[in-house]
Amino acid sequence: MIWSAAKALMIRDLSLLWRRRGDALQPALFALLVVVLFALALGGEAQALAKVAAAVLWLAVLLAGLLALDTLFRGDADDGSLEQWLLAPVPLSWLVLVRTFMHWATTALPLLVATPFLAELLHLPHEQLPVLLASLALGTPLLSLLGAVVAALTVGMRRSGILIALLALPLYVPILVFGAGSVAAAGQGLDPVGALLLLGAGLVLALVLAPLAAAAAIRIALD
Amino acid sequence: MSEFEPTHPPLLSARGLAFARNEQPVFGPLDFSVDAGEALLVQGDNGAGKTTLLRVLAGLLHADAGEVSIDGRAATASLRSRAVSYMGHLPALKSDLTALENLDFLCGLHGRRRGQLPGNAMAIVGLAGYEDTLVRQLSAGQKRRLSLARLWLAPSPLWLLDEPYANLDLDGINLVNRMVQAHLRDGGAALLTTHGAYAAPPVRTRMLVLGRAVANA
Repeated sequence: MIWSAAKALMIRDLSLLWRRRGDALQPALFALLVVVLFALALGGEAQALAKVAAAVLWLAVLLAGLLALDTLFRGDADDGSLEQWLLAPVPLSWLVLVRTFMHWATTALPLLVATPFLAELLHLPHEQLPVLLASLALGTPLLSLLGAVVAALTVGMRRSGILIALLALPLYVPILVFGAGSVAAAGQGLDPVGALLLLGAGLVLALVLAPLAAAAAIRIALD
Repeated sequence: MSEFEPTHPPLLSARGLAFARNEQPVFGPLDFSVDAGEALLVQGDNGAGKTTLLRVLAGLLHADAGEVSIDGRAATASLRSRAVSYMGHLPALKSDLTALENLDFLCGLHGRRRGQLPGNAMAIVGLAGYEDTLVRQLSAGQKRRLSLARLWLAPSPLWLLDEPYANLDLDGINLVNRMVQAHLRDGGAALLTTHGAYAAPPVRTRMLVLGRAVANA
């Protein structure tokens, strides 16, 4: 039952994504624009770019995720799908987890794949690339999970875009600090593992707690 | 045990059920029960609390007082999710998916009655040939029919139908009545809200009339 519901939800999200493929590309295009414009604005100076490359990439991915956050539950709340999720014989938190995973896979994963190319554009030193990829691989799901809680909290409100940003940013700051910090540490020849482990621990914690919190928030929003 | 005595507890029963919004009573306290094979027609004017009552019974809202039991047991979320199908004002259909894709998803979510296929259900509700049409392109009445198909596929014995006749033509109203009749014959039960302008299904029916703020069962 749990797996068939998850499969149905994944197929639904993928078909929806395919039908609205123009909209779906928006976050990735946004991140691409930020990175390219940054490179242009700094004048293509390899030394200056290399210093900020990791921070710019992290910021671009984070902001792109923030941009897509409002769509996480908004559509399902507006057409009554969330009501049916609530009444379904599978736990709401499970559906929230699957939905968040699909959201991550369609907004953050493409950026993760594009990161090596964007890093090249920003002249990121090659030895820092694995650390950057590892920090993004651990950090972006964490961003999505925390974002899901915020999106669920605001799902009952109209026009909550700015509120989402305000609520999510303080939660995102530590992730950004550890994520970009791990790459910076690697750049200075220090050991980045500590920061990555902290991100990993946060991810494990969020994987368990965030769906429960988001499900509770949705129940309150629909009450 | 004599055959006049009910051998089963009622499929759904409510005792002293009341709901208030911002300290204003919306309905209740209400006492009623529905047996398997019965329909309960909830009547009342606009704003009398029909939708709220159904949402409370479905578990989307919390009652302020009273208890609901399903099959003689206190209604919990997991019991409700298996016993109750709710069709509300919002269609719960994705407009960018086709009719069949929507049904497939909702079946995956709620489970499917044995021996029933989405394609057959679409034919039953008169939507044969619209399987690959995007829901965005269906009319309001056709969307309602698609919601009815979803209901038909759901395995739950208790149907909560909020204004099932809305947007439907005469043929559609007959369709709802026929579906309710067939569902009741299979041992199910249904709650229908209506503001009273439509013909009730030709089945064993109880009435519950909601008045504004004051209810009499």
